Amino acid sequence: MTPLLQVKGIEKRYGARIGCTDVGFDLYRGEVMGIVGESGSGKSTLLNCLAGHLEPDAGQVVFDTRADGPVDTVTMSEPERRMLSRTDWAFVHQHARDGLRMSVSAGGNIGERLMAVGDRHYGDIRDKAIDWLGRVEIEAARVDDRPTAFSGGMQQRLQIARNLVTGPRLVFMDEPTGGLDVSVQARLLDLLRGLVREMGLSAIIVTHDLAVVRLLADRLMVMKDGHVVEAGLTDQVLDDPQHAYTQLLVSSVLQV
Amino acid sequence: MIELKDVSKSFTLHNQGSAVIPVMEGASLKVAPGECVALTGASGAGKSTLMRVIYGNYLAASGQVLVGGLDVAKAEPREILALRRETLGYVSQFLRVVPRVPTLEVVAEPLLAVGCEKQAALDKAAELLKRLNIPERLWTLSPTTFSGGEQQRVNIARGFAHEYPAMLLDEPTASLDAQNRETVLSLIKEAKERGAAIVGIFHDVDARERVCDREVNVSEFTPGVAA
Repeated sequence: MTPLLQVKGIEKRYGARIGCTDVGFDLYRGEVMGIVGESGSGKSTLLNCLAGHLEPDAGQVVFDTRADGPVDTVTMSEPERRMLSRTDWAFVHQHARDGLRMSVSAGGNIGERLMAVGDRHYGDIRDKAIDWLGRVEIEAARVDDRPTAFSGGMQQRLQIARNLVTGPRLVFMDEPTGGLDVSVQARLLDLLRGLVREMGLSAIIVTHDLAVVRLLADRLMVMKDGHVVEAGLTDQVLDDPQHAYTQLLVSSVLQV
Repeated sequence: MIELKDVSKSFTLHNQGSAVIPVMEGASLKVAPGECVALTGASGAGKSTLMRVIYGNYLAASGQVLVGGLDVAKAEPREILALRRETLGYVSQFLRVVPRVPTLEVVAEPLLAVGCEKQAALDKAAELLKRLNIPERLWTLSPTTFSGGEQQRVNIARGFAHEYPAMLLDEPTASLDAQNRETVLSLIKEAKERGAAIVGIFHDVDARERVCDREVNVSEFTPGVAA
Protein backbone atom coordinates (compact mmCIF):
# COMPACT_ATOMS: atom_id res chain seq x y z
CA MET A 1 0.00 0.00 0.00
CA THR A 2 1.32 3.45 -0.94
CA PRO A 3 1.10 6.01 1.84
CA LEU A 4 -1.22 8.91 1.03
CA LEU A 5 1.43 11.33 2.24
CA GLN A 6 5.15 10.77 2.66
CA VAL A 7 7.02 13.50 4.45
CA LYS A 8 10.81 13.42 4.35
CA GLY A 9 13.32 15.66 6.11
CA ILE A 10 11.21 18.82 6.25
CA GLU A 11 13.08 21.86 7.51
CA LYS A 12 12.05 25.49 7.77
CA ARG A 13 14.27 28.19 9.19
CA TYR A 14 13.47 31.78 10.03
CA GLY A 15 16.93 33.27 9.56
CA ALA A 16 19.13 31.51 12.06
CA ARG A 17 16.21 30.24 14.11
CA ILE A 18 14.75 26.81 13.52
CA GLY A 19 11.04 26.69 12.68
CA CYS A 20 11.03 22.95 12.38
CA THR A 21 13.68 20.50 11.30
CA ASP A 22 14.18 16.92 10.25
CA VAL A 23 10.50 15.97 10.27
CA GLY A 24 9.50 12.81 8.46
CA PHE A 25 6.53 10.43 8.58
CA ASP A 26 4.15 8.43 6.40
CA LEU A 27 0.41 8.93 6.59
CA TYR A 28 -1.95 6.28 5.23
CA ARG A 29 -5.53 6.53 4.03
CA GLY A 30 -8.02 6.89 6.88
CA GLU A 31 -5.36 7.76 9.44
CA VAL A 32 -5.66 10.76 11.70
CA MET A 33 -2.42 12.13 13.08
CA GLY A 34 -2.17 14.65 15.86
CA ILE A 35 0.73 17.05 16.34
CA VAL A 36 1.08 18.47 19.84
CA GLY A 37 3.55 20.76 21.51
CA GLU A 38 3.62 24.07 23.34
CA SER A 39 3.30 27.34 21.44
CA GLY A 40 6.48 28.06 19.53
CA SER A 41 7.33 24.38 19.17
CA GLY A 42 7.02 24.58 15.39
CA LYS A 43 3.81 22.65 14.96
CA SER A 44 1.99 25.32 12.97
CA THR A 45 5.10 26.00 10.89
CA LEU A 46 5.23 22.32 10.05
CA LEU A 47 1.53 22.20 9.16
CA ASN A 48 1.90 25.22 6.88
CA CYS A 49 4.91 23.63 5.17
CA LEU A 50 2.96 20.42 4.60
CA ALA A 51 -0.09 22.25 3.25
CA GLY A 52 1.96 24.38 0.86
CA HIS A 53 1.35 27.68 2.66
CA LEU A 54 5.03 28.01 3.49
CA GLU A 55 7.94 26.87 1.39
CA PRO A 56 10.20 24.55 3.35
CA ASP A 57 13.97 25.06 3.08
CA ALA A 58 14.56 21.35 2.69
CA GLY A 59 12.62 18.13 2.38
CA GLN A 60 9.83 16.54 0.42
CA VAL A 61 6.06 16.30 0.85
CA VAL A 62 5.02 13.49 -1.46
CA PHE A 63 1.28 13.17 -2.02
CA ASP A 64 -0.32 10.20 -3.76
CA THR A 65 -2.39 12.08 -6.37
CA ARG A 66 -5.38 10.45 -8.08
CA ALA A 67 -4.06 11.13 -11.57
CA ASP A 68 -0.29 10.70 -11.42
CA GLY A 69 0.45 8.75 -8.24
CA PRO A 70 3.04 10.04 -5.76
CA VAL A 71 4.22 13.58 -6.56
CA ASP A 72 6.40 15.92 -4.52
CA THR A 73 4.16 18.88 -3.78
CA VAL A 74 7.06 21.11 -2.73
CA THR A 75 8.50 21.17 -6.25
CA MET A 76 5.11 21.12 -7.96
CA SER A 77 4.08 24.19 -9.96
CA GLU A 78 1.96 26.78 -8.20
CA PRO A 79 -1.20 26.20 -10.33
CA GLU A 80 -0.96 22.45 -9.70
CA ARG A 81 -0.61 22.99 -5.97
CA ARG A 82 -3.56 25.39 -5.96
CA MET A 83 -5.67 22.84 -7.78
CA LEU A 84 -4.68 20.23 -5.21
CA SER A 85 -5.60 22.51 -2.32
CA ARG A 86 -9.04 23.02 -3.86
CA THR A 87 -9.76 19.37 -4.56
CA ASP A 88 -7.96 16.64 -2.63
CA TRP A 89 -6.71 18.85 0.18
CA ALA A 90 -8.54 20.94 2.70
CA PHE A 91 -7.31 23.30 5.38
CA VAL A 92 -9.33 24.14 8.47
CA HIS A 93 -8.00 27.27 10.15
CA GLN A 94 -8.10 27.90 13.86
CA HIS A 95 -10.03 31.11 13.25
CA ALA A 96 -12.97 30.43 10.99
CA ARG A 97 -12.63 33.99 9.65
CA ASP A 98 -9.35 33.01 7.99
CA GLY A 99 -10.99 30.17 6.14
CA LEU A 100 -14.31 31.77 5.22
CA ARG A 101 -15.31 34.68 3.05
CA MET A 102 -17.16 36.78 5.55
CA SER A 103 -18.99 38.95 3.01
CA VAL A 104 -20.49 35.98 1.15
CA SER A 105 -23.53 33.98 2.32
CA ALA A 106 -23.11 30.59 4.02
CA GLY A 107 -24.36 28.84 0.90
CA GLY A 108 -22.02 30.92 -1.21
CA ASN A 109 -19.07 29.92 0.95
CA ILE A 110 -19.77 26.27 0.31
CA GLY A 111 -20.72 26.81 -3.34
CA GLU A 112 -17.55 28.73 -4.08
CA ARG A 113 -15.39 25.69 -3.56
CA LEU A 114 -17.68 23.61 -5.76
CA MET A 115 -17.48 26.21 -8.53
CA ALA A 116 -13.71 26.21 -8.23
CA VAL A 117 -13.70 22.56 -9.27
CA GLY A 118 -16.05 23.14 -12.18
CA ASP A 119 -19.63 22.86 -10.87
CA ARG A 120 -21.84 25.34 -12.75
CA HIS A 121 -25.46 24.34 -12.19
CA TYR A 122 -26.88 26.80 -9.64
CA GLY A 123 -29.61 24.46 -8.40
CA ASP A 124 -27.17 21.59 -7.84
CA ILE A 125 -24.72 23.80 -6.03
CA ARG A 126 -27.43 25.17 -3.75
CA ASP A 127 -28.73 21.66 -3.02
CA LYS A 128 -25.27 20.44 -2.14
CA ALA A 129 -24.68 23.50 0.04
CA ILE A 130 -27.92 22.87 1.94
CA ASP A 131 -27.05 19.19 2.31
CA TRP A 132 -23.69 20.10 3.82
CA LEU A 133 -25.19 22.69 6.15
CA GLY A 134 -27.36 19.86 7.45
CA ARG A 135 -24.38 17.57 7.94
CA VAL A 136 -22.64 20.17 10.08
CA GLU A 137 -25.89 20.84 11.92
CA ILE A 138 -26.68 24.30 10.60
CA GLU A 139 -30.33 24.91 9.72
CA ALA A 140 -31.10 25.11 6.01
CA ALA A 141 -32.93 28.39 6.68
CA ARG A 142 -29.57 30.03 7.39
CA VAL A 143 -28.19 29.33 3.89
CA ASP A 144 -28.50 32.94 2.76
CA ASP A 145 -27.12 34.47 5.97
CA ARG A 146 -23.59 35.73 6.08
CA PRO A 147 -21.12 34.06 8.45
CA THR A 148 -20.83 37.38 10.30
CA ALA A 149 -24.28 36.59 11.70
CA PHE A 150 -23.12 33.17 12.97
CA SER A 151 -21.72 32.23 16.37
CA GLY A 152 -18.08 31.12 16.62
CA GLY A 153 -19.02 27.44 16.76
CA MET A 154 -21.31 27.77 13.73
CA GLN A 155 -18.62 29.59 11.78
CA GLN A 156 -16.21 26.78 12.54
CA ARG A 157 -18.73 24.18 11.35
CA LEU A 158 -19.38 26.23 8.21
CA GLN A 159 -15.66 26.30 7.55
CA ILE A 160 -15.57 22.52 7.84
CA ALA A 161 -18.51 22.16 5.43
CA ARG A 162 -16.82 24.49 2.94
CA ASN A 163 -13.66 22.41 3.14
CA LEU A 164 -15.21 18.97 2.90
CA VAL A 165 -17.82 19.58 0.20
CA THR A 166 -15.41 18.68 -2.59
CA GLY A 167 -14.63 15.32 -0.97
CA PRO A 168 -10.95 15.91 -0.13
CA ARG A 169 -8.73 13.01 0.84
CA LEU A 170 -6.47 14.90 3.21
CA VAL A 171 -7.49 17.56 5.69
CA PHE A 172 -5.08 19.81 7.58
CA MET A 173 -6.49 21.27 10.77
CA ASP A 174 -4.91 23.98 12.87
CA GLU A 175 -6.42 23.98 16.38
CA PRO A 176 -9.92 23.24 15.02
CA THR A 177 -11.50 23.34 18.47
CA GLY A 178 -9.39 26.17 19.90
CA GLY A 179 -11.35 29.12 21.21
CA LEU A 180 -14.67 27.26 21.30
CA ASP A 181 -16.47 26.55 24.53
CA VAL A 182 -16.43 22.93 25.66
CA SER A 183 -19.99 21.98 24.72
CA VAL A 184 -19.41 23.21 21.17
CA GLN A 185 -16.04 21.42 21.12
CA ALA A 186 -17.64 18.10 21.96
CA ARG A 187 -20.16 18.55 19.17
CA LEU A 188 -17.43 19.41 16.70
CA LEU A 189 -15.31 16.42 17.75
CA ASP A 190 -18.26 14.11 17.28
CA LEU A 191 -18.90 15.62 13.86
CA LEU A 192 -15.27 15.32 12.78
CA ARG A 193 -15.01 11.72 13.94
CA GLY A 194 -18.12 10.76 11.98
CA LEU A 195 -16.91 12.51 8.83
CA VAL A 196 -13.46 10.95 9.06
CA ARG A 197 -14.96 7.49 9.26
CA GLU A 198 -17.70 7.93 6.64
CA MET A 199 -15.49 9.63 4.07
CA GLY A 200 -12.31 7.64 4.77
CA LEU A 201 -10.48 10.92 5.31
CA SER A 202 -6.92 11.26 6.42
CA ALA A 203 -6.21 14.20 8.64
CA ILE A 204 -3.35 16.01 10.32
CA ILE A 205 -4.47 17.93 13.37
CA VAL A 206 -2.35 20.47 15.18
CA THR A 207 -3.50 21.19 18.69
CA HIS A 208 -2.25 21.71 22.20
CA ASP A 209 -5.25 19.95 23.70
CA LEU A 210 -4.31 16.40 24.67
CA ALA A 211 -7.93 15.41 25.28
CA VAL A 212 -8.76 16.33 21.68
CA VAL A 213 -5.98 14.18 20.25
CA ARG A 214 -6.88 11.26 22.46
CA LEU A 215 -10.38 11.22 21.02
CA LEU A 216 -9.58 12.12 17.42
CA ALA A 217 -6.09 11.00 16.50
CA ASP A 218 -4.81 7.47 15.90
CA ARG A 219 -1.22 8.61 15.95
CA LEU A 220 0.62 11.37 17.68
CA MET A 221 3.76 13.41 17.12
CA VAL A 222 5.16 15.51 19.96
CA MET A 223 7.22 18.57 19.01
CA LYS A 224 9.58 20.72 21.01
CA ASP A 225 11.82 23.51 19.71
CA GLY A 226 11.21 22.50 16.12
CA HIS A 227 12.11 18.85 16.64
CA VAL A 228 9.89 15.81 16.83
CA VAL A 229 10.79 14.36 20.22
CA GLU A 230 8.40 11.43 20.22
CA ALA A 231 5.96 9.75 17.85
CA GLY A 232 3.73 6.72 18.00
CA LEU A 233 0.25 5.46 18.74
CA THR A 234 -1.74 8.16 20.49
CA ASP A 235 -2.67 6.15 23.57
CA GLN A 236 0.83 4.72 23.88
CA VAL A 237 2.47 8.16 23.73
CA LEU A 238 -0.01 9.57 26.26
CA ASP A 239 -0.08 6.61 28.66
CA ASP A 240 3.57 5.55 28.44
CA PRO A 241 5.50 8.62 27.29
CA GLN A 242 9.20 7.94 26.78
CA HIS A 243 10.66 11.40 26.35
CA ALA A 244 11.16 13.79 29.25
CA TYR A 245 9.23 16.55 27.53
CA THR A 246 6.23 14.34 26.75
CA GLN A 247 6.19 13.15 30.36
CA LEU A 248 6.12 16.76 31.48
CA LEU A 249 3.38 17.60 29.00
CA VAL A 250 1.18 14.66 30.01
CA SER A 251 1.67 15.17 33.75
CA SER A 252 0.88 18.87 33.46
CA VAL A 253 -2.71 18.34 32.31
CA LEU A 254 -5.22 19.40 34.92
CA GLN A 255 -7.69 16.73 35.91
CA VAL A 256 -11.34 17.69 35.64
CA MET B 1 -2.82 -16.67 19.22
CA ILE B 2 -1.20 -14.58 21.94
CA GLU B 3 2.40 -15.30 22.82
CA LEU B 4 4.85 -13.37 24.98
CA LYS B 5 8.54 -14.25 24.97
CA ASP B 6 10.83 -12.88 27.65
CA VAL B 7 9.14 -9.48 27.83
CA SER B 8 10.42 -6.78 30.14
CA LYS B 9 9.08 -3.35 30.97
CA SER B 10 10.40 -0.44 32.97
CA PHE B 11 9.34 3.14 33.46
CA THR B 12 11.85 6.00 33.38
CA LEU B 13 10.63 9.09 35.17
CA HIS B 14 12.69 11.85 33.58
CA ASN B 15 11.14 14.59 35.65
CA GLN B 16 11.55 12.85 38.98
CA GLY B 17 15.29 12.47 39.14
CA SER B 18 15.32 10.10 36.16
CA ALA B 19 14.25 7.26 38.41
CA VAL B 20 14.09 3.96 36.56
CA ILE B 21 11.43 1.62 37.85
CA PRO B 22 11.66 -1.93 36.51
CA VAL B 23 8.19 -3.46 36.69
CA MET B 24 8.44 -6.63 34.66
CA GLU B 25 11.14 -9.08 33.64
CA GLY B 26 11.18 -12.32 31.70
CA ALA B 27 7.42 -12.42 31.16
CA SER B 28 6.43 -15.36 28.98
CA LEU B 29 2.93 -16.51 28.23
CA LYS B 30 1.12 -18.47 25.56
CA VAL B 31 -2.62 -18.48 24.93
CA ALA B 32 -4.18 -20.78 22.35
CA PRO B 33 -7.45 -20.11 20.48
CA GLY B 34 -10.43 -21.04 22.64
CA GLU B 35 -8.42 -20.72 25.83
CA CYS B 36 -8.90 -18.27 28.68
CA VAL B 37 -5.94 -17.45 30.90
CA ALA B 38 -6.31 -15.51 34.14
CA LEU B 39 -3.58 -13.19 35.34
CA THR B 40 -3.24 -13.31 39.10
CA GLY B 41 -1.06 -11.62 41.67
CA ALA B 42 -1.38 -8.99 44.34
CA SER B 43 -2.36 -5.45 43.52
CA GLY B 44 0.64 -3.71 41.94
CA ALA B 45 2.18 -6.97 40.75
CA GLY B 46 1.77 -5.87 37.13
CA LYS B 47 -1.39 -7.54 35.83
CA SER B 48 -2.72 -4.45 34.11
CA THR B 49 0.76 -3.51 32.92
CA LEU B 50 1.12 -6.89 31.23
CA MET B 51 -2.24 -6.47 29.61
CA ARG B 52 -1.38 -2.99 28.38
CA VAL B 53 1.88 -4.29 26.94
CA ILE B 54 -0.09 -6.88 24.94
CA TYR B 55 -2.46 -4.17 23.68
CA GLY B 56 0.46 -1.96 22.61
CA ASN B 57 -0.61 0.71 25.04
CA TYR B 58 2.67 0.35 26.94
CA LEU B 59 5.92 -0.04 25.06
CA ALA B 60 7.77 -3.24 25.95
CA ALA B 61 11.45 -2.61 26.74
CA SER B 62 12.55 -5.96 25.33
CA GLY B 63 11.21 -9.31 24.20
CA GLN B 64 8.48 -10.27 21.77
CA VAL B 65 4.74 -9.74 22.08
CA LEU B 66 3.08 -11.77 19.34
CA VAL B 67 -0.63 -11.38 18.68
CA GLY B 68 -1.95 -13.16 15.61
CA GLY B 69 1.60 -13.25 14.23
CA LEU B 70 2.30 -9.52 14.68
CA ASP B 71 5.03 -8.44 17.11
CA VAL B 72 3.29 -5.62 18.95
CA ALA B 73 6.57 -4.59 20.61
CA LYS B 74 8.03 -3.57 17.25
CA ALA B 75 5.05 -2.95 14.98
CA GLU B 76 4.25 0.30 13.20
CA PRO B 77 1.34 2.33 14.61
CA ARG B 78 -0.83 1.49 11.62
CA GLU B 79 -0.20 -2.23 12.05
CA ILE B 80 -1.26 -2.01 15.69
CA LEU B 81 -4.33 0.01 14.70
CA ALA B 82 -5.31 -2.66 12.19
CA LEU B 83 -4.69 -5.37 14.80
CA ARG B 84 -6.94 -3.58 17.30
CA ARG B 85 -9.61 -3.08 14.69
CA GLU B 86 -9.72 -6.65 13.39
CA THR B 87 -8.06 -9.01 15.84
CA LEU B 88 -7.51 -7.77 19.35
CA GLY B 89 -10.30 -6.50 21.58
CA TYR B 90 -9.84 -4.87 24.96
CA VAL B 91 -12.44 -4.34 27.65
CA SER B 92 -10.90 -1.88 30.06
CA GLN B 93 -12.35 -0.78 33.37
CA PHE B 94 -13.04 2.67 32.05
CA LEU B 95 -15.30 3.84 29.29
CA ARG B 96 -13.70 6.50 27.12
CA VAL B 97 -15.99 8.01 24.49
CA VAL B 98 -16.61 11.15 22.51
CA PRO B 99 -19.20 13.13 24.49
CA ARG B 100 -22.69 13.34 22.98
CA VAL B 101 -22.49 10.10 20.96
CA PRO B 102 -25.53 7.88 21.71
CA THR B 103 -24.90 4.61 23.55
CA LEU B 104 -26.20 2.52 20.66
CA GLU B 105 -23.61 4.05 18.32
CA VAL B 106 -20.84 3.73 20.89
CA VAL B 107 -21.49 -0.01 21.01
CA ALA B 108 -21.88 -0.35 17.22
CA GLU B 109 -18.68 1.55 16.47
CA PRO B 110 -16.24 -1.41 16.49
CA LEU B 111 -18.50 -3.13 13.93
CA LEU B 112 -18.68 -0.06 11.70
CA ALA B 113 -14.89 0.18 11.92
CA VAL B 114 -14.51 -3.27 10.36
CA GLY B 115 -16.88 -2.33 7.55
CA CYS B 116 -20.08 -3.91 8.87
CA GLU B 117 -23.28 -2.59 7.30
CA LYS B 118 -24.83 0.14 9.48
CA GLN B 119 -28.22 -1.44 10.24
CA ALA B 120 -26.66 -4.82 10.99
CA ALA B 121 -24.19 -3.13 13.36
CA LEU B 122 -26.96 -1.26 15.17
CA ASP B 123 -29.03 -4.46 15.46
CA LYS B 124 -26.12 -6.34 16.99
CA ALA B 125 -25.49 -3.43 19.38
CA ALA B 126 -29.16 -3.41 20.42
CA GLU B 127 -29.07 -7.16 21.05
CA LEU B 128 -26.03 -6.85 23.31
CA LEU B 129 -27.44 -3.88 25.22
CA LYS B 130 -30.64 -5.83 25.78
CA ARG B 131 -28.74 -8.86 27.05
CA LEU B 132 -26.82 -6.65 29.45
CA ASN B 133 -30.03 -5.06 30.75
CA ILE B 134 -29.41 -1.50 29.63
CA PRO B 135 -32.96 -0.05 29.42
CA GLU B 136 -33.92 0.89 25.88
CA ARG B 137 -34.79 4.45 26.87
CA LEU B 138 -31.07 5.05 27.57
CA TRP B 139 -29.82 3.87 24.17
CA THR B 140 -30.15 7.26 22.51
CA LEU B 141 -28.29 9.02 25.33
CA SER B 142 -24.57 9.39 25.72
CA PRO B 143 -23.13 6.92 28.28
CA THR B 144 -21.04 9.68 29.88
CA THR B 145 -23.83 10.38 32.37
CA PHE B 146 -24.56 6.73 33.23
CA SER B 147 -23.85 5.09 36.57
CA GLY B 148 -20.60 3.17 37.06
CA GLY B 149 -22.23 -0.23 36.55
CA GLU B 150 -24.08 0.92 33.45
CA GLN B 151 -20.91 2.35 31.93
CA GLN B 152 -19.14 -0.92 32.66
CA ARG B 153 -21.87 -2.85 30.84
CA VAL B 154 -21.80 -0.48 27.86
CA ASN B 155 -18.06 -1.03 27.75
CA ILE B 156 -18.56 -4.79 27.74
CA ALA B 157 -21.21 -4.61 25.03
CA ARG B 158 -18.80 -2.54 22.95
CA GLY B 159 -15.97 -4.99 23.60
CA PHE B 160 -18.02 -7.99 22.52
CA ALA B 161 -19.75 -6.38 19.51
CA HIS B 162 -17.11 -7.47 17.03
CA GLU B 163 -16.01 -11.11 17.33
CA TYR B 164 -12.33 -10.56 17.97
CA PRO B 165 -10.09 -13.66 17.73
CA ALA B 166 -8.12 -12.38 20.74
CA MET B 167 -9.44 -10.49 23.75
CA LEU B 168 -8.14 -8.78 26.85
CA LEU B 169 -10.57 -8.41 29.74
CA ASP B 170 -9.71 -6.18 32.69
CA GLU B 171 -12.09 -7.11 35.52
CA PRO B 172 -15.13 -7.60 33.31
CA THR B 173 -17.36 -8.64 36.22
CA ALA B 174 -16.39 -5.85 38.63
CA SER B 175 -19.25 -3.69 39.89
CA LEU B 176 -21.94 -5.89 38.33
CA ASP B 177 -24.95 -7.47 40.03
CA ALA B 178 -25.45 -11.24 39.98
CA GLN B 179 -27.66 -11.35 36.89
CA ASN B 180 -25.42 -9.17 34.74
CA ARG B 181 -22.40 -11.04 35.98
CA GLU B 182 -23.96 -14.25 34.63
CA THR B 183 -24.53 -12.58 31.25
CA VAL B 184 -20.92 -11.48 31.08
CA LEU B 185 -19.69 -14.95 32.00
CA SER B 186 -21.80 -16.47 29.25
CA LEU B 187 -20.49 -13.89 26.76
CA ILE B 188 -16.97 -14.97 27.70
CA LYS B 189 -17.90 -18.65 27.30
CA GLU B 190 -19.44 -17.98 23.88
CA ALA B 191 -16.29 -16.12 22.83
CA LYS B 192 -14.20 -19.12 23.89
CA GLU B 193 -16.45 -21.50 21.99
CA ARG B 194 -15.98 -19.57 18.78
CA GLY B 195 -12.23 -19.83 19.32
CA ALA B 196 -11.19 -16.57 20.91
CA ALA B 197 -7.96 -16.50 22.89
CA ILE B 198 -8.62 -14.56 26.09
CA VAL B 199 -6.39 -13.04 28.76
CA GLY B 200 -8.28 -11.74 31.75
CA ILE B 201 -7.93 -10.20 35.18
CA PHE B 202 -10.61 -11.44 37.58
CA HIS B 203 -10.63 -10.54 41.25
CA ASP B 204 -13.87 -12.46 41.45
CA VAL B 205 -12.51 -15.95 42.30
CA ASP B 206 -15.70 -17.79 41.43
CA ALA B 207 -15.89 -16.13 37.99
CA ARG B 208 -12.25 -16.93 37.40
CA GLU B 209 -12.75 -20.61 38.18
CA ARG B 210 -15.78 -20.83 35.91
CA VAL B 211 -14.33 -19.35 32.73
CA CYS B 212 -10.55 -19.65 32.98
CA ASP B 213 -8.57 -22.70 31.94
CA ARG B 214 -5.31 -21.67 33.60
CA GLU B 215 -3.83 -19.09 35.87
CA VAL B 216 -0.57 -17.23 35.44
CA ASN B 217 0.83 -15.49 38.48
CA VAL B 218 2.45 -12.27 37.31
CA SER B 219 4.43 -11.96 40.56
CA GLU B 220 6.86 -14.38 38.91
CA PHE B 221 7.64 -11.62 36.42
CA THR B 222 8.13 -8.91 39.05
CA PRO B 223 11.82 -8.00 39.25
CA GLY B 224 13.46 -8.32 42.63
CA VAL B 225 10.72 -10.42 44.22
CA ALA B 226 11.69 -13.75 42.73
CA ALA B 227 15.39 -13.22 43.48
